[in-house]
Amino acid sequence: MSSTIDPRLLRTPPKKGIRLSWADERFRAIIWQILIVGIVVTIVWWLVRNTQHNLEVRRIATGFGFLQREAGLPIAESLIEYTPQNSYLVALTVGVLNTLKVAVVGVILATILGTMVGIARLSKNWLVAKIAAVYVEVIRDLPLLLQLLFWYTILQSLPGPRQAINPVSGVFLSNRGLKLPWIDWQGAHTAAMWVFVAGCIALFFVRAELRKRQYADGQPRAMWPWALGLLGLAPIAVWAAMGAPWTVDWPALRGFNFSGGVNMSPEYFALLIGLVTYTAGFIAEIVRAGILAVQQGQWEAAEALGLRRPQVLKLIVLPQALRVIIPPMTSQFLNLTKNSSLAVAIGYQDIVSIANTTLNQTGQAIEGIAIIMGVYLTISLSISLFMNWYNARIALVER
Amino acid sequence: MSDITLGTAAVPLTTPSRTPPVLVAGPVAWMRTNLFSGWFSTAVTLALGYLIITRAISFIDWAFLSAVWSVPGGNQTQVCRDMKGIGACWAVITEKHRFILFGTYPFDEHWRPALACLLFVGLYVVSAMRRFWRKELALIWIGMLTAIGILMWGGILGLSFVPQERWGGLPITLILSTFGLAFAFPLSILVALGRRSKMPAIKMLCVLYVELIRGVPLISLLFMASVMFPLFLPEGMNIDKLLRAQVAIILFAGAYLAEVVRAGLQALPKGQYEAADAMGLTYWQKTSFIVLPQALKTVIPPLVNTFIGFFKDTSLVLIIGIFDLLTAGKTAIVEPAWQGFGVEVYVFVGVIYFLFCYAMSKYSQGLEAELNNRRR
Amino acid sequence: MSDTIEAGPHIGSVVRADAPPAIVMDKVNKWFGALHVLRDVSLNVALGERVVVCGPSGSGKSTLIRCINRLEQHQEGRIVVEGNELTDDLRSLDAIRREVGMVFQSFNLFPHLTILENCTLAPIWVRKMPKAEAEALAMEYLERVKIPEQAKKYPGQLSGGQQQRVAIARALCMKPKIMLFDEPTSALDPEMIKEVLDTMVGLAADGMTMVCVTHEMGFARQVADRVVFMDRGEIVESGTPTDMFETPKTDRLKLFLSQILRGH
Repeated sequence: MSSTIDPRLLRTPPKKGIRLSWADERFRAIIWQILIVGIVVTIVWWLVRNTQHNLEVRRIATGFGFLQREAGLPIAESLIEYTPQNSYLVALTVGVLNTLKVAVVGVILATILGTMVGIARLSKNWLVAKIAAVYVEVIRDLPLLLQLLFWYTILQSLPGPRQAINPVSGVFLSNRGLKLPWIDWQGAHTAAMWVFVAGCIALFFVRAELRKRQYADGQPRAMWPWALGLLGLAPIAVWAAMGAPWTVDWPALRGFNFSGGVNMSPEYFALLIGLVTYTAGFIAEIVRAGILAVQQGQWEAAEALGLRRPQVLKLIVLPQALRVIIPPMTSQFLNLTKNSSLAVAIGYQDIVSIANTTLNQTGQAIEGIAIIMGVYLTISLSISLFMNWYNARIALVER
Repeated sequence: MSDITLGTAAVPLTTPSRTPPVLVAGPVAWMRTNLFSGWFSTAVTLALGYLIITRAISFIDWAFLSAVWSVPGGNQTQVCRDMKGIGACWAVITEKHRFILFGTYPFDEHWRPALACLLFVGLYVVSAMRRFWRKELALIWIGMLTAIGILMWGGILGLSFVPQERWGGLPITLILSTFGLAFAFPLSILVALGRRSKMPAIKMLCVLYVELIRGVPLISLLFMASVMFPLFLPEGMNIDKLLRAQVAIILFAGAYLAEVVRAGLQALPKGQYEAADAMGLTYWQKTSFIVLPQALKTVIPPLVNTFIGFFKDTSLVLIIGIFDLLTAGKTAIVEPAWQGFGVEVYVFVGVIYFLFCYAMSKYSQGLEAELNNRRR
Repeated sequence: MSDTIEAGPHIGSVVRADAPPAIVMDKVNKWFGALHVLRDVSLNVALGERVVVCGPSGSGKSTLIRCINRLEQHQEGRIVVEGNELTDDLRSLDAIRREVGMVFQSFNLFPHLTILENCTLAPIWVRKMPKAEAEALAMEYLERVKIPEQAKKYPGQLSGGQQQRVAIARALCMKPKIMLFDEPTSALDPEMIKEVLDTMVGLAADGMTMVCVTHEMGFARQVADRVVFMDRGEIVESGTPTDMFETPKTDRLKLFLSQILRGH
């Protein structure tokens, strides 16, 4: 190397200053942003000013202080103790729980029904495939609200409790809703339930351990005895150890209505049927697309290697199909949750319905709507965070 | 290499073709493979077949054979009540169909909303045709929507003035969804472009808008439109309820459409952007001549599907008391004489919604197949 | 394209005269709907024998080898593989699939598994092999197909030729007695065909029983003990590569060869 290095070879790229000229791209970008953000801020400021003025004129106090006041609003069904003497805060909590009650049950049932319909659409039996296709097409082409009103009308036109439809002993369907027998819930049942939950978690670790041992000596180990033990026998054992309480509370007609058992109100029932059948139509298409996304060659290659069909399904097809299915499935779960807000149209008291009544009673329109939006944003964000985590976990396998 | 085809059809085969040992062609074979291909399949077919036939018979009986098509005096519904559960009471449709379709619009002027609906359908048909996918389409839209406005409001050309409060039924549904699309679509393009912009402030604004709107139910936006908008505006300035709901629907649809448009922008190969840059086009030239025409074409099927979605969702205005098709149907059975005939009315309204949505969904499926074929 | 590799000297048959038959097909018939796709096909393959099946598209050659491991079911006639007759019995099917490896035209690697996992999957779940042992075995075969360094990658990151070599290694990991190749080079770019064919030649030199559907005539000359020519569902002619290519007897084979040499 020569000791005289041309200084031009050592040059670092020049630091470009922003020229205050319209010809400079970065200058232009900054001006644009200031302009647009300025417009937005001005509009918001204008709206806020108007709102403040209007609130003053109407003598409406802002703030969430009203939440502590007595609600005085009757709620027909609630998962927790509630009387109209409770505060608005409790009433709104009841509303949130009612929303969750329909959303959680709805998501589970819609996934089951949707998966069945999606698989049915791929059935080799022409009749099954055709019926599933017609179901999907019809259910997706009608407004959900119309379907909800339809179901609610049907449920309301059912006979009264005295002439209730009684398909199976202990089950009554009338215009008062669906009555089901229910056990007299005691500590032992709660304990058994927690053991079941713990069993689910334990099973997850057992599965990993069994897989590890199989990798060590090659011998596959059956999972089902563990599942049976942890999810079946253990909860039963705990329940039995705590005295095995078992009193079934059968619904029975007393006078003009039923007593005993557990009741599903016509409002809840209609909302649940509507949401489940509607969302299942969309889930079915997602499941179908997911299965079709795994090419026939994958089956053939796996079978040619000597894998049995259930193994092919577990090791090859499902992992690939799930990756296609899960992202759109997440948005369907979110849609179902948001759609449960249509409850207000048929009188099921979810968060929207209760917040709406609250804002009518108190005049706290801004706070009421902020509560509704806050609740849904929280639910939406939680579901998408969970699903993104799960998605990342199974997508890791790709690349 | 595997595509070598040998022209040996003329050479006689050493082993002549035989028919397969089992019947494999014709309707019997079709049924054997598609309906009765095993004991389980056979059982399912028979059970479903039985169910369908019995259901179909009782439905036909309810809907046609035992149905009541009209009642004396127009509201003597005893005939219907006697047949409750046995036959449908289509008399409610016979009596109320004008109300369900056009709401409280002056009865003698019903031809005007009817014509408006036809114009809407015409507008959809024209927009669906590929040969009209040109800049002129925007002019057609403006022209048609103006004509519809004149028809509905009147006040000129010898048409009597009908205030907006008296509009109702199907025109409202079509107005909400069509104007919704007309305004939400340009909005969504701007937002989608903004979300892909390199300018952080603009990108953040767009992300915030899209995610906030998509995180909450449409109902909460409609509530906001009905109870909060009046608070936002300066004193004395009043916007009517329909317009407020329309704004909510536009904001709602804009966020969802923006995501669809963004998918189209993302799918566009990078080379297209680079080529446009190399030609020295400015951002707006590049966007409107190169990027958008291609990106939008690929996302037309999902755009149509999103449109179907919010066509159905306009029915939610029922909850804030706007008189659309579904609200009109629900109101028609409030009158004591007609109470209890909800099923018939909802079936009627459902058929109307279904016709619109089914046509659009078939169209989008056909378009998608066509686009896929061309890409292959 | 049909002579992508120079036809090297024939690598010499290892078939002994008294070799037991590996595959016996006796008057096999198959229909797709009303279409008669295999017509009285009879073919015996001895242990260690290398058979190349060629013929125009739609001649039934792929269907023929897919019947051998029952990816397609024949409807008449008998197929016996390694002493097991192919029936509806799942146990005989399991036994056969364990002994017969297959390589597909479109590779069919599992995209969600790494190259190594692709290779160890079947040994672990079918042969019930400990994972460490399966991985050692897989690495051995990956080295043999000359891509051990790709073991941790996913199929999508590899070239077509590399993917096909992984597919061969994956099949070999089951230590099959017979290998079936269904047009293994048809989906490959010309520059990648050679690497795959070289791998297959190496396999043949080790004495593997092979049935290959291919148009690579250079490969056939170098490796095949026998070439079988099919057309419209029947075996028209078969014999040694030299006889078949230099003195074809039937007009159909002559026509086929002339089309292949024209560089279709």
